[in-house]
Amino acid sequence: MLILTCPYCGVKAEETELHGGGEAHLTRFGPESSDEAFEGYLFQRENPKGVHFERWRHAQGCGKWFHAARCTVTLEVFGTYSAQTSEPPQNIRDAISAKRPGWTWRSFA
Amino acid sequence: MKRYSTFAIAREALRHHTGWERAWRKATPKKKYDVVIVGAGGHGLATAYYLGKNHGIRNVAILEKGWLGGGNTGRNTTIIRSNYLQDPSAAIYEKARSLYETMSQDLNYNVMFSPRGLLMLAQTHHEVRGYERTAHANALQGVDTQFIGPQKVKELCPIIRLDGPRYPVLGALYQARGGTARHDAVAWGYARACSDMGMDIIQQCEVTGVRSDGGKVRGVSTTLGEIDCDKLGIVVAGHSGVLAEMAGFRLPIESVALQALVSEPIKPAMDVVIMANTVHGYMSQSDKGEMVIGGGTDGYNNYTQRGSFQHIEETVRSLIETFPMLSRLKMLRQWGGIVDVTGDRSPILSKTPLGNCFINCGWGTGGFKAIPGSGWATAEMIAQGEPGPLAAAFGLERFREGRFIDESVAAGVAH
Repeated sequence: MLILTCPYCGVKAEETELHGGGEAHLTRFGPESSDEAFEGYLFQRENPKGVHFERWRHAQGCGKWFHAARCTVTLEVFGTYSAQTSEPPQNIRDAISAKRPGWTWRSFA
Repeated sequence: MKRYSTFAIAREALRHHTGWERAWRKATPKKKYDVVIVGAGGHGLATAYYLGKNHGIRNVAILEKGWLGGGNTGRNTTIIRSNYLQDPSAAIYEKARSLYETMSQDLNYNVMFSPRGLLMLAQTHHEVRGYERTAHANALQGVDTQFIGPQKVKELCPIIRLDGPRYPVLGALYQARGGTARHDAVAWGYARACSDMGMDIIQQCEVTGVRSDGGKVRGVSTTLGEIDCDKLGIVVAGHSGVLAEMAGFRLPIESVALQALVSEPIKPAMDVVIMANTVHGYMSQSDKGEMVIGGGTDGYNNYTQRGSFQHIEETVRSLIETFPMLSRLKMLRQWGGIVDVTGDRSPILSKTPLGNCFINCGWGTGGFKAIPGSGWATAEMIAQGEPGPLAAAFGLERFREGRFIDESVAAGVAH
């Protein structure tokens, strides 16, 4: 069972207490953007086999949104962090690099 | 290929079964093929089969990283139906269902297709209206379904409880021609027929890279060396994102785990397939007597092929309230498969940014029922270079153009 620590209230919450919100750190496009950019924002997803960043909501707890860094193969959690950021903070990146040497942020495409 | 028949069984019985041959050849990769299909699951093998049968393209290799049919083809709950709401879905799923009817004769391999009838329970008034609408849509599409009342449901499935603790059964969408088939046999039957046409099925051969230049695929790198090809078909379900990344494009797909379980075998108790989408569980009884049970997908991306415990609990809870007699059954096995889910819950059969590379994916939680239709349409697309009538609506461009084939509302979540 997936267990994430809510960075706001500090509770170790298991997955029935949480609600997944999909891929994190999307670049948002709106009116005036190209069709390709808008399609990318709305539909294209990273779907990596390995390190993944997601939005989660502590739905049955404090109710706040936060971010989690996770491995989709081993279900290992590298860390959770505030939702008030547009990319993962350095301590999370270091934690991932310690376990997945050679890993880079947004190495794909 | 020696044909399977009653006479073959009698002949072999008289000589201690020494005359059976391998169902398909063990192949080593050649330098180059006309078409390379990545993924020897049902969809990949069916694509190869119809490439050979309908289009005469037989210089084909089918590459499989594990063993043949060892992914979702061997992990599903074997349900076959075509009672979809949208026209393009009804067309391709009905094509598949009708091909299942003659598959055993066509492949000379018993796939044990059992059109035992399928019921999708309506347990809220919203669902009643939804399924009545689907029944009307199906009538226009030429798909044989009807909306039936609770008494008829009880007649078809005596073990059901109509006045459940949470949701009563208010009726059901009934497709009498829906049913089940033996999932492994579908993969094995196609593999045997492909091998017989001279195609190479190469197992334990993982694709590690896609080589391309000038917007065209040249070949693939694999754990068994480089293989060149004129055309490439990617048919890898849950790992579509991984292959697309190798080929350098992105997909509107996320992979999640979907799990199923089977009970200990019991005497015949239920001769239809029941799907209950509101309480979320579906069940049929296999020929061995096991109750084959499917449930929900995990709520987050995951490649683990097991699924989370809370969903077993959810599924079992919903089944016990619908079928109280199951409460003392022991479960034999539980497993998971990685399904590739799109935003509109409809598949992708499409050309890709690479000119001679085609992709068939996004079948999500309901790919097994579509295997022959999907293979038929993908083979047509690969052979002609353009999607045919069955595949045309399922292109990748539908997301950019807003032409969704929205089955997420119509089908609920379970397939």
